Amino acid sequence: MKKVLNRFISGGPHRDTARRHLAFAAVTSVAIALSGCSNPGPEGEFYDPLERQNRAVHQFNKTIDKALVRPTANAYGTVVPSPVKQGVINFADNLGMPNRFMNNVLQFDIEAAAITTMRFMSNTLFGLGGILDVASDMGVPDEDTDFGETLHAWKVGEGAYVEVPLYGPNTARGTVGLVVDILLLDPLGQVLPNDTDSYRTTVWALDKLGDRHRYADLIDDLLYESVDSYATERSYYLQSRRFELSKELTEADLEDPYAQ
Amino acid sequence: MLNRARMNRRTALAAVAGGIAVTLAPPVLALTAGEARKLVDRLTDEVMSVINSGKSESAMYVDFERIFAKYADVPIIAQTTLGVAWRSASASQRTAYVEAFRVYMARKYGKRFREFIGSEITVTGSRQEKSFYVVDSTVKLAGQAPFEVNWLISDKSGRDLMFNLIIEGINMLRSEREEIGLLLDKSGGDIDALIAALKKAA
Repeated sequence: MKKVLNRFISGGPHRDTARRHLAFAAVTSVAIALSGCSNPGPEGEFYDPLERQNRAVHQFNKTIDKALVRPTANAYGTVVPSPVKQGVINFADNLGMPNRFMNNVLQFDIEAAAITTMRFMSNTLFGLGGILDVASDMGVPDEDTDFGETLHAWKVGEGAYVEVPLYGPNTARGTVGLVVDILLLDPLGQVLPNDTDSYRTTVWALDKLGDRHRYADLIDDLLYESVDSYATERSYYLQSRRFELSKELTEADLEDPYAQ
Repeated sequence: MLNRARMNRRTALAAVAGGIAVTLAPPVLALTAGEARKLVDRLTDEVMSVINSGKSESAMYVDFERIFAKYADVPIIAQTTLGVAWRSASASQRTAYVEAFRVYMARKYGKRFREFIGSEITVTGSRQEKSFYVVDSTVKLAGQAPFEVNWLISDKSGRDLMFNLIIEGINMLRSEREEIGLLLDKSGGDIDALIAALKKAA
């Protein structure tokens, strides 16, 4: 279900050269904010000083989902045949490889960087430019990463919980990571001609719609059936993201109800 | 004489140390890692045969209720999710709550399991933690990165039963305690109102 939530919320990189300077300014200011609030408190809990604003954003995101994203995703999911949808997933995934490679390197994870390179080469060359995931068929692992995880590897704390407009749940650290991934760690954007940007954005958007359809039951339950969708989403997101980064169960996970 | 006194002191010390060691030693479990693993194998086999049976949704929920009754310690899960409110609940409220929670849990987690349709669950390991066992498994769905499900098994109830389930880091006990807590708040702290709301949700 982590993949579920993460796929739903994490973005593919796309470029905007004109905004690059702005990005630096944004990253710097958020980084300062982050250093001030990288205090998540005891394990298993959350740090949410921006709850009032976050709840407003959550309401906005739900409105957009209900009016636009959910119906569009439903149409996309129903009309488009499965092999095409899988092709979109694979292609979008493959476009993210150069960014993944940069983060593998920044995390000093040479093995992962080699695997990412192998994935990108084999899927691009033998998988029709990334439409087929031949690497997975050959048993090459598919471990996603992002600059948020790089910051985690650099021992930066997760900071405050943030709900990002149109994006969904995140942490202060993850939000900085998102901006860095999109604007600074996008080698593909450097190489490809400018006019391919809109195609990449389209592929990314279709991939997200596919996720919204694929995990419709889960997301609908979370957003529209839970008692307090904001609190539930925050809890699910933080639990799954922490697990994704630490790759192990926490002490809180091992609570013994019989001992109480 | 001196030597014997020293010996005695040493023996006494050893006896005390031994006593401490015995009290500090982990409890001897009737359940073993292998048995915990087999339990999860059987549980996942039953879950998979239900979701791949092509039955109607409502028929599946009946099956999930039966599976949970057989493999999960629903009373302890229900009690834990109610938190401190459990202590103030009357005996009849407790019974009614456990019953309502049983149906709610079967529906909610049955629904999640239904998303595993066509997947392959592989048990990858089993280890002791504190007084219980953690059984790790990987769920592989076609065209998706595999994800991890951990099953927590204990024999403290007198039977070998699952008391917690962690899906890619999302902890059932914790999440349901939060959800029930919110529902209780919404019910104005009234346990009877909570039970009614839970029945409506399920």
